[in-house]
Amino acid sequence: MKPKSERPRVLVVDDYPDAREMYAEYLQFSGFDVIEAGNGVEALERAADSDPDVILMDLSLPVMDGWEATRRLKADRATADIPIVALTGHALAGILEGAMNAGCDAFVTKPCLPEDLVKEIQKVLSSASSTKKNRRSGKYAKTNG
Amino acid sequence: MSHAAAAGGDQRLAARVRLLEALVSRSDATDCTQYALQWLREVLGLTSSLCLLKPPGEEALFTVGAYGLPGTAASRFTVSLEDWNNPLVAVLTSREQTFFRSAHSGADRKRRPSTPFEDAAFHVVPLYATEPNPDAFGLLLIGGNGQLPVELPWFTTLFAQKLAQVLRQQALTDGDRRQGRERSLLYNIINAVTDPILLTDTEGRLLIANQRALTLFTASEEESEGRRGAVRMNNMLLSSALSSKAIEETGAARRELLLVNPADGSDLVFELLSTITEDPRQGSGVVSILRNVTDLRRASEEIEENYRRLRIAEVQARAESDRLNLIIDSVADPIVVTDASGATSLMNEPAERLFTVPVRASAPEQRWVQANDAHFSSFIAGMLVSADQRRVGEIGLIDPKLGEPLPVEAIAGKILSDHGELTAVVTILHDRREAIEKGKLYEQLKQASDELERRIQAATSDIAHQNELLRRQAIELEQASALKSQFLANMSHEFRTPLNAMLGYTSMLLQGVAGPLEASAKRHLSRVESNGRHLLTIINEILDISRIEAGRMPLQLSRFDVPKLVAEVKAELEPIILRSKLAVSVDVPKDLPQLMSDRQKVKQILLNLLSNALKFTHQGSITISARRNARDRTMALSVTDTGIGIAPPDQSKIFEDFRQLDNSPTRAYGGTGLGLSICRRLAQMLEGTITLRSQVGKGSTFTLVLPIKGRR
Repeated sequence: MKPKSERPRVLVVDDYPDAREMYAEYLQFSGFDVIEAGNGVEALERAADSDPDVILMDLSLPVMDGWEATRRLKADRATADIPIVALTGHALAGILEGAMNAGCDAFVTKPCLPEDLVKEIQKVLSSASSTKKNRRSGKYAKTNG
Repeated sequence: MSHAAAAGGDQRLAARVRLLEALVSRSDATDCTQYALQWLREVLGLTSSLCLLKPPGEEALFTVGAYGLPGTAASRFTVSLEDWNNPLVAVLTSREQTFFRSAHSGADRKRRPSTPFEDAAFHVVPLYATEPNPDAFGLLLIGGNGQLPVELPWFTTLFAQKLAQVLRQQALTDGDRRQGRERSLLYNIINAVTDPILLTDTEGRLLIANQRALTLFTASEEESEGRRGAVRMNNMLLSSALSSKAIEETGAARRELLLVNPADGSDLVFELLSTITEDPRQGSGVVSILRNVTDLRRASEEIEENYRRLRIAEVQARAESDRLNLIIDSVADPIVVTDASGATSLMNEPAERLFTVPVRASAPEQRWVQANDAHFSSFIAGMLVSADQRRVGEIGLIDPKLGEPLPVEAIAGKILSDHGELTAVVTILHDRREAIEKGKLYEQLKQASDELERRIQAATSDIAHQNELLRRQAIELEQASALKSQFLANMSHEFRTPLNAMLGYTSMLLQGVAGPLEASAKRHLSRVESNGRHLLTIINEILDISRIEAGRMPLQLSRFDVPKLVAEVKAELEPIILRSKLAVSVDVPKDLPQLMSDRQKVKQILLNLLSNALKFTHQGSITISARRNARDRTMALSVTDTGIGIAPPDQSKIFEDFRQLDNSPTRAYGGTGLGLSICRRLAQMLEGTITLRSQVGKGSTFTLVLPIKGRR
């Protein structure tokens, strides 16, 4: 596992490399530590091994879609407390509800400018920061015990 | 006068006294007579004598006493008073003393009666009293040829007086005895009569009543109260009937008298026959005979009732017969009644037209009538020989007036007597022409109807086929539409993904992520960015339209505060507002109710209206206002600007798809031209409307009217 810096770590999950890299580049530019995943399965692996502070999850993904990946992450006690920001180009009704039902904490519609995305992530992190310490300690307690 | 004579005179006087005393002491005629005849011999020296008397009620003279005559002959001697030729009868009638000479004298031609004196001479002295009846009632016959003694008239007078008295007395006694007998006989007779018979006096008091009457009108103290009450009632009824009778005084009259039977209390009806009788001794009275007519009355009532019923039945029968005649006459169909031999006994007028020859008939007419008659007769003959009770057949007659064929249906029924004997056959002939005509018409109609049905069936199956095609087409269309929507959604996604990257990198470059840029490069990148944004807007709007049309824009109704929504809309467009330097004010009353609608879509409309206003207004102000209309429970959200305005002819066009008033490629204002079209569609989805009030150069007001409580 990569040693954790002081910068908040974001797992960016998107199958469209240009978009994924663009967000990753901008997030790094904006002061985040970034890990990337190209599909749902990779997202589960990265979430398990790199302990992100927040996950940016595109919903339409190959291999395993974002809803399923979100459900599994939320079902696993190890990853259940990580806030997930859903990202989709499908602004169709029902998508948002589906994402929220799957366990997403926030929802962003593409197209989304990098700066808007960063604002949303910062918002999620700040609302989650109050419980962050508890989550961490709980997590460690579990790992140690 | 001499001493002897004087002495003889005294003796004679004593004899007279002796006779008087003897007669006074005797009350029987025979006793008196025998003493008197003995006195005649002793005192007057008359040796033979005989006395004849007529008893009361007898028409003959009988010997009551005889002296100096042969016994049996004298005692059996009688004279019938009806023997008018007998001289003795003449003496009795004439009351003249007569002398009959001896039969041997021969000198007297006078006829001699046959007497116990036989041929000897004798005197006949009539016996009669002066009071009360002067008729002679007896004869004294004295034998002898000489003069009668002078004392004889005195004796005769005395003797006759005594006998008259005795006879009268005897007659009275006899009469009384007879009357008693008759009365008891009368009583027996009237008692034997079963009808009550009564004699009442003028006051209605009962004088005589027979046994039957006694049971009705008398009751002793020992008898029951009911019986005595009935008797009292009967007496009252009778006396009232008799008193009214007495008023009438018209002799015998028959009336009805209702009485009560004392034995069982039942009603008895009597016929009262009363007659006034005059009795010189007892005054007038009323004899009443009651005849029990109770049963008679019942019988007569029954007879009356039966007679009445008979009359009613007769009247009904007559009415029935009249009605039957009326019916037969009024039936338009010919009716013929034939007797058991087949002869026509009755026919109505329509039948007469067919079967009787009219007065001025032409030759063919006569022939046709005869032909009709023959046809009908053969039908009836067939009916008569068959055992059928009813028969229906067709007869081909001819209308005698027109000479046209007249097919008829004959319906014949036999009428049987109570004994099952055939009395008549009634036949009704029904014109078949109409039925045949109808049948033809029906057939044509049926054919037409069948044809129509066939056509309808063909058309129906055609329609069904077309419907099926349409249904399939509709499904296909639906599928195509869904595919189109899906395609557009996918396309927009596919469009937006690269566009997202393009805009993102452009933004990053402009932010100097890749290092500082030259001013011209920055300007060029800004162009890329603005055109990219425009393209994104177009793609989004096309996506919205296609969703709405595909019905894939579901509504999410919720209750929300309008002021908050307006503030959000204003905040979202804040950068543009700041750039435009326009005064954007909000006019929303505090007591505005919450709106029940799709918040996202209302917001989208308002965003669109406000951005339009900002786009087309160069100076002045923009006002966002909200008003409630309590009457029709709607809310009006308006955006008013002081912009360029829209000319009336163009006001309806702006809501059409892809419409901007300036269609030139170098138009001054951006936008896809889909905004208002989308707004209108969204408003319709929300059961609302968007209206426009505008004046060129002055400005426009777009108003969205929504129900306060949306239902969908």
